[in-house]
Amino acid sequence: MNDLLGLYSYWIVIVLMMAGFYVVISSSNLIKKIAGLNIFQTSVFILYISMGKVDGGTAPIVVEGSSNAIYSNPLPHVLILTAIVVGVATTALALALVVRIKEAYGTVDEEAISESDNEL
Amino acid sequence: MRYHLVLRTVAKILIPLIMLFAFYVQFHGDYGPGGGFQAGVIFSASLILYGLIFGLAALKQVIRPWVVRVMLASGVLIYGGVGVASLLLGGNFLDYGVLAHDPVHGQHLGILLIELGVGITVAAAMITIYFFFAGRKTTKQ
Amino acid sequence: MLLAFLVVIAFAVIHLRDLVAIIMLAGLYSLVTAIIFVVMDAVDVAFTEAAVGAGISTVLMLATLSLTGRLRREPRRPRALIPIIVVILTGVTLIYGTFDMPHYGDPDAPVQQHVAPRYINDSPNEVGVPNMVTSVLASYRGFDTLGEVAVIFTAGIAVMVLLMNRRRRSPDEDKEQS
Repeated sequence: MNDLLGLYSYWIVIVLMMAGFYVVISSSNLIKKIAGLNIFQTSVFILYISMGKVDGGTAPIVVEGSSNAIYSNPLPHVLILTAIVVGVATTALALALVVRIKEAYGTVDEEAISESDNEL
Repeated sequence: MRYHLVLRTVAKILIPLIMLFAFYVQFHGDYGPGGGFQAGVIFSASLILYGLIFGLAALKQVIRPWVVRVMLASGVLIYGGVGVASLLLGGNFLDYGVLAHDPVHGQHLGILLIELGVGITVAAAMITIYFFFAGRKTTKQ
Repeated sequence: MLLAFLVVIAFAVIHLRDLVAIIMLAGLYSLVTAIIFVVMDAVDVAFTEAAVGAGISTVLMLATLSLTGRLRREPRRPRALIPIIVVILTGVTLIYGTFDMPHYGDPDAPVQQHVAPRYINDSPNEVGVPNMVTSVLASYRGFDTLGEVAVIFTAGIAVMVLLMNRRRRSPDEDKEQS
């Protein structure tokens, strides 16, 4: 039972990851695909942050006067902090590509795009 | 959007506060939660809110596109410049200990400058992205 | 509990067909994620996630939607079987992999033993900044952050290039097309 509780957060992360993965491979709408990719990305963030948590720890900001406080691991926080901002920048790039695809093909549906490619 | 009086008034009150909060997050990032990435995003969010409510043309009056473009490049330049400066002062690349007489003070100065560079680039990148997405719409209509 | 709420939102995203609703749910999802980050002691990350996910990202998605149109092409051919099989197989494999993982909050996990103790113990003396996330971000891992800033810069430039109106160059072609 203890095993199950200790691994619970990883399982949720995997379920979220698979939900995002399912949206990416099953949906044919490019904007929905990007939303799925965001869900996938966020699940990876949660995985990293949950690894950095220490039982009984506090946020890694030094408090004056308490020398023996336990701090959570700051390293995953740094990695994910930058990854979130880079993630939104790359999402914007993907959305810009979708806008260009819409202007070139008149649709954002993947199947319609491949159909019109085959006609050429 | 011309007659949304409540929205416009509330935005006028909120936008300066959001900007002030962004600067607080930027320069207090050494002591509490915060830093360049968050401050840049919050600052650009305040300008995007202005653009959403008063229109893209008004936003371009507030902050000119060429200013944003210069900011976008200068943030990375500040970051790299701090690295080169520490190189010239006899340390390694991005080794802030040599920037001041005391290594800890040097670290403080280096972190402050670097967070400033990060903040400027992130804010400018987000505003640029918004400019081009919103500008695309107005040219189409 | 909050994690289970995230799963509910994710499944709602799968089943909804209205793109505006999906984008709103994605914003909500980011906000709940930010709360989870606070619970997991990552205040800096929660801050960023709340500002980025619920703010900028939602605005950008809605801007894209206003450019591409809200309507999705109905009805879609049912071809969901193969994706479901692939997803379940991958998920089961990953869950099998978690049995060797250290438990949540375990202080003896390998992650906590490698470089983290050095950051936590030495950074107040070496860097002198109370917020360890800032000191690791800007000082110990300065190269890493320089790379990230360069990526954001490049993404900004790339969006500029992609969405610039390049027809200005040839007005004749513009007349023919319009």
